[in-house]
Amino acid sequence: MLQEILGIGLIFVLTVLLALPLGRYIAKVYLGQPTWLDFMSPLENFIYKVCRINPKKEMTWQENLAALLTINFVWFFWMMFILMNQGWLPLNPDGNPSMSADLAFNTAVSFLVNCNLQHYSGETGVTYFSQLAGLMFMQFVTAGTGMAAAAMVFKAMKEHQTSQLGNFYSYFLKSCTRILLPVALVSAVILVFNGTPMNWEGKANIVTVQGDSVQVSRGPAAAMIAIKQAGTNGGGYFGVNSAHPLENPNYLTNIVENILIILIPIAFVFALGFYLNRKKLAWMIFGVMTLGFFLLLSVSVYFEMQGNPAITKMNINQSLGSMEGKEIRFGAAASAFWGITTTTTSNGSVNAMHDSMTPLSGAMQLIDMMINALYGGVGVGFLNFYIFIIIAVFISGLMVGRTPEFLGKKIEAKEMKIATIIALLHTFLILSFTALSSYVFTQDPSVGWLNNPGFHGFSEMLYEYTSSSANNGSGFEGLGDNTPFWNITCGIVLIMSRYLPIIGPIAIAGILANKKYIPESAGTLKTDTATFGFMVFAVIFIIAALSFFPALALGPLAEFFSLR
Amino acid sequence: MKTHIVPALLMTATLFVLLVVIYPLIVWGFAQFAPEKGQGETVSVNGKVVGFAKVGQKFTEDKYFWSRPSAVEYNAASSGGSNKGPSNSDYLAQVQARIDTFLVHNPTIPKSAIPAELVTASGSGLDPDLSPQGAEVQVARIAKIRNLPEDKVNELVKTHTQGPLLGLFGPSKVNILALNLALDNL
Repeated sequence: MLQEILGIGLIFVLTVLLALPLGRYIAKVYLGQPTWLDFMSPLENFIYKVCRINPKKEMTWQENLAALLTINFVWFFWMMFILMNQGWLPLNPDGNPSMSADLAFNTAVSFLVNCNLQHYSGETGVTYFSQLAGLMFMQFVTAGTGMAAAAMVFKAMKEHQTSQLGNFYSYFLKSCTRILLPVALVSAVILVFNGTPMNWEGKANIVTVQGDSVQVSRGPAAAMIAIKQAGTNGGGYFGVNSAHPLENPNYLTNIVENILIILIPIAFVFALGFYLNRKKLAWMIFGVMTLGFFLLLSVSVYFEMQGNPAITKMNINQSLGSMEGKEIRFGAAASAFWGITTTTTSNGSVNAMHDSMTPLSGAMQLIDMMINALYGGVGVGFLNFYIFIIIAVFISGLMVGRTPEFLGKKIEAKEMKIATIIALLHTFLILSFTALSSYVFTQDPSVGWLNNPGFHGFSEMLYEYTSSSANNGSGFEGLGDNTPFWNITCGIVLIMSRYLPIIGPIAIAGILANKKYIPESAGTLKTDTATFGFMVFAVIFIIAALSFFPALALGPLAEFFSLR
Repeated sequence: MKTHIVPALLMTATLFVLLVVIYPLIVWGFAQFAPEKGQGETVSVNGKVVGFAKVGQKFTEDKYFWSRPSAVEYNAASSGGSNKGPSNSDYLAQVQARIDTFLVHNPTIPKSAIPAELVTASGSGLDPDLSPQGAEVQVARIAKIRNLPEDKVNELVKTHTQGPLLGLFGPSKVNILALNLALDNL
C-alpha cells in the first residue's frame, strides 16, 4: 500500500528532476547554442545537403506551415502504401495480411497525427516492416513535427518584432536527431536489458507445463516501445500496449516508461522559460498544469485503490484495489498514475485497461483529454496551453480595464477569434460525433459496437471521440471499433483536431510577432504571477470542464452513482 | 507547396535510413550484450521449452497454483483484457461464478480471504504473477493434494516472493510459472 504510493511519488519526482536539465538542453538546441551532442552536426549537415535545404533560411509563419503540411502529406501516402501492401512486403514471418482500405486510412491518419489510436492489434494486424517503417517512423517524425511547431511559437514569443519564424526543417530535424533519438536510444537499451524482445523471429510455438499449445509473439519491440513512450505517441507494439509482460516486463521498466510519457512535455515548459529567459513564466505554467494534474490524479488513485464497489459487496478481499484489467507487477496505484499521465499528455499508451477502471477514474481520464493542455503532447501540448493563455489575457484585460497584452504584444480581435475557434473546436468535435454515434446506435442497436450496456456503453463512445480529438490514442477498448463507421469518423476527427490546433497557435504567434513591441510598464498586466495562473486555471476549467459536464453526467458520473 | 515537395520527399528518405534502418540496428546490437540477447528468457524442463519466464500461462489444475483469469486464455499469439466495465451485470455474475468455483476447490478458505485478483482478469491476459496473498490462499489445497506439509509449501511461496523495488517501491509479487516448477521439483 505505502510502497505503491511511494512508487508513484518516485516517478513524479524523478521526472521533474530530469525535465529541468532536459528543458535547458532543449532551449539550447532551438537557440542554436553549443551542446554536447554537437558531434551530430556533420550528419545533420549531410542530410540538409542531400535534401537541398538551407537550414539558415528564415521563413514566415505561412511558409513554415506550408513546409510542415507538405511533408505530412507525403507521409500519409507512405503510410497508406505500407499498410495496404504489408502482406507481401518483407519482414512478415507470421504471414499477417494487408489492411483493408478503411482500417489502413484510420491507422495511417492516426499515426500521422501523433495519436496512435489503434483499431488493429499489433500481433496479428501488422508486420514487423509496418511496425518499424510505418508506425515507428511516424512516432519519430510526428513528434518532431509537433516540437518544431512549438519551437516556431517560442521564436515568435522571443522576438521584439519580426515576420520570420525560423526554419521548419531545421527545427524538425534537430528535434529528431538531438532530442528524440538520444532519449529513445537510451530507453530502448534499458528495456532490452530488462527482457523486452528485440529480434526478427516469428511467433514461438510452445507446449506449456499443463500441456496447452500456445504461441508467443515477439519481434523488434524494444526500439518501437522507447519512442512510442518518449514522443507522446502511445501506439503499442503488442495489442495490450504496456500491460503486456514483454512490452513492460517489471516495475523498473514501468517507472522508465512512465517517466518517458511526461518527460518531454514537462521539459518543454521549462525549455520555454530558458528560451525566453522568463523562468517565472515557466513556473507559472508548470504550476497551473501540475495543480490540474494532481487534482485528477488524486481522485483516480483513490478510487482505484478502493476497488470496485460492486465487488466489495461480494465480500471478498479487495485490499489491492480494483484488479480487473490490471497487472499484479504494477498494482492499482501505478496503473491509475499511468492512466492520468497518459491522458494528461497526448500519449495514450496504457498499462491497464481503462475500460475496466472505476467510473470516476474514467471520468478523470476523460476530463484530462477534454482539457488536453495539462503538460499535453510533445510540443503541441504547449500550443494548446498557449491558446488558453491568450484567452485568459484577453478576459483579465477586460476585467481590470487594461489593454490585453502578452509579452509586449497587444491581443486584438483577430487573434481572439482564432483562439476561440481552436478552443471550441475540440468541444464541438467530441460532442457532435458522440451524439452522432449514439444516434446511430439507438436506431440500430444490432451494430454490436458496445461491450458493456448502459451508462458505461455511452462512456465507451464518448471516450473514443475524446481520445481521437485529443490525439491521445488510448481507448475504452471494449468498443468494437474496427468498422467502417468508426474508422472513418475517427479519421476525420483526428485530422481536424491535429492540424487546426497547430495552424491556429502558429498563426496567432506569427501575427503577434509582426506587431509593434510595447515595453512593459506599470500598466502592463503581469502574466507570470500566481494571480494570472489562477485566471488561466479558471479559463481552462470553464471552457474545457464545464462544457463537457452534461456528457460526463450521462456516462461516468451516472455509472458512479448507480454503483453506490 | 511546390517548393516544399522535393525537400519533403528527400527528408523522408534520409530520415528513413537513420530512424528505420540504423536506429533499430543499434538497439539490436546492444541487445546482443543483454542477458537474454533480445530473445526473451525461456524456461525449460528436461531440455524442452515450456514457456517464457515473463509471460504468464494457464494453470487450472488443483495441484498447481492457479494463475489469474485471462480474456485470451493465456495464448500469447495475441493479448487482451476483458474490457468489462465495473457495473456490467454479466461481468459481475461471472466474477461471482469464479468465487463459487474457488470455494468449491478450496473449502477451507473463508470467502473474505479470496483476493480479488484471483477472480478478475488481468490487463494483458498474460499476467505472469500473483500477489503473495493470491498464492497463500491456495497453499492448503496444494499441500493436501500433494501430501506435503503446509509449512513447506508456504516456505516455497516465501522464497519465490519478490519484494518491492529496492524494498521501497511498488507491490510484491510471485511468478507463478517459477513457483509451480519449483513445486514439481519438491
